[in-house]
Amino acid sequence: MAFVVLVLLPPFYSSYWITLVTQMLIYAVLAGSLDILMGFTGLSSFGHAGFFGASAYVVAILTTRYQMGFFTCFVSGVALATGISLIFGLLVAHATGVYFLIITLALGMVLWGLAFRWVSMTGGDNGIAGIIRPDLGLPISLKDPLTFYYFTLVFFIICLALIIIFVRSPFGHSLKGIRESESRMKVLGYHTWLHKYISYVIAAFFGGAAGVFWAYYNGFVSPYDMELTASIEIILMVILGGPGTLIGPVLGAGIIIFLKNFISAYTHRWLLIVGTIYILTILYAPQGLINLINDWLKGGEEKAETEGVT
Amino acid sequence: MSQFILVQTLNGLSFAALLFLLASGLSLIYGVMKIVNIAHGSYFMLGAYIGLSVILWTKNFFLGAIAAGLSIGFLGLIMERGFLRKFPLQALPQMMITLGFALVFRDLAFLIWGGDPYSLPCPEFLKGSTKIFDVVFPIYRLFVIGMAALVALCLWLFNEKTLVGAKLRASVDDHEMAGGVGLNVPLISGCMFGLGAALAAFGGVMGGPIFGVYPGLDFELLALGFVVVIVGGRGSLKGSAVGAILVGLVDNFGKALFPELSYFTLFAPMAIVVAVKPTGLFGRE
Repeated sequence: MAFVVLVLLPPFYSSYWITLVTQMLIYAVLAGSLDILMGFTGLSSFGHAGFFGASAYVVAILTTRYQMGFFTCFVSGVALATGISLIFGLLVAHATGVYFLIITLALGMVLWGLAFRWVSMTGGDNGIAGIIRPDLGLPISLKDPLTFYYFTLVFFIICLALIIIFVRSPFGHSLKGIRESESRMKVLGYHTWLHKYISYVIAAFFGGAAGVFWAYYNGFVSPYDMELTASIEIILMVILGGPGTLIGPVLGAGIIIFLKNFISAYTHRWLLIVGTIYILTILYAPQGLINLINDWLKGGEEKAETEGVT
Repeated sequence: MSQFILVQTLNGLSFAALLFLLASGLSLIYGVMKIVNIAHGSYFMLGAYIGLSVILWTKNFFLGAIAAGLSIGFLGLIMERGFLRKFPLQALPQMMITLGFALVFRDLAFLIWGGDPYSLPCPEFLKGSTKIFDVVFPIYRLFVIGMAALVALCLWLFNEKTLVGAKLRASVDDHEMAGGVGLNVPLISGCMFGLGAALAAFGGVMGGPIFGVYPGLDFELLALGFVVVIVGGRGSLKGSAVGAILVGLVDNFGKALFPELSYFTLFAPMAIVVAVKPTGLFGRE
């Protein structure tokens, strides 16, 4: 069904829906990248939007000032996000639980502060506008929303496949081991610090990749893309969908982006709604929607079986 | 040059005073409940807004500060008793709830007070400035430094010399044992949460005449409060005081010397502390 909705039907959607689904796909990659950290390694990062924003700024600066092509922008955007995470990782990988969260939040604010105050480089509060969609040298133009949509879809599938391969690898399983019990993994001889460090860098890598597409999609980058509320929205996508399931965060990203666009047409009280969704999710669906649905389906089957027995 | 250093040091110290009021609450709450309250910056901002409304209504600065402290303290108590209590000793769900509240508070404040920045009126007798070693300096800022020192002294006396303080220290040291010997740990947690919230709101009113109140103040200060807690160490009052002074001074000199990189200058001392002593200067494992 997902295949039909994502691949076959888009030509029949209105342009509003095509751009909306494109946005969902970009955020799905971002939420999936955070899930590597939150769901699989058990570390909640509150600064993930920083990587997303940093690579978006690279694309913005390189395209508007130096007219660089897509591949240069993509490589340098992802390289910057990964490079920052290589430095930040040295500080955060020692930390666990709550402490990890405070340090990532403070580091995320550092990146935001840099984007906000380094006016000569980033344009400060005004951001950078006028990012044109890249020319890939193909016969089709990405300026058309539908072609850009398919381009993003290919990117989404590649990223998601890579993340799935990563979390299902032996390395991914050892990350899950750290999530369940770090001290036990240490005793078993695993280098847990290095595992957490690599997990943090990989998450930043995919977050940065999503940032490149966001810059091209939106055509505009501002400090608001990497604010704390942006990081919080990504966390909500993961928690709402179900951490550690990958498909959950993708679904969560879709729901949040849909709500954000849908609700903002009627009211400006978006944060109030996000906050309420947060509180309700924690109170009533702490394991995320995917697990809630799974439990419900399983519960239904068990019920049917017991009914069959009686 | 020496004048520049003196002015910036005094400015830094007055900022440190506000940071202390914010971070001591964060640290207290962390100590008892092992959670980091994401809504703490919101208490600071809401406190400043409530203070503003009360001051405009009663024309009395101190009434505003007291009203803000009491109402936000009560708000904190409700949050702890009504919501956080449902997840005892589960750090992550508790923090996610405070996060949800932070967003709700931010939007409600925007709804009630709008997006314009306000400055709180300074009390009449603290207006003007005074001379310290040939340097003209506003009296109000000195007053804020004194006020925070007074709060720090009261907190220290409360913590070290009173029976309630001893109970509090016992709950911080060992949650289970404190409950085992008959202390009402949930009640202590609730009261500490309320006290921390009240301190932050009080800080918000004190800071109002210096840098005003505006949307976005909540998360900006939350991050600074976190840096103080990271540098000073979690759950330590002394750590909050030393951390606040360090962060206040570094932030001020950073802003004065490298205005474009001001946030970044905070990052360096934090990175050094985290690298050398991950638990912070006065933190324990």
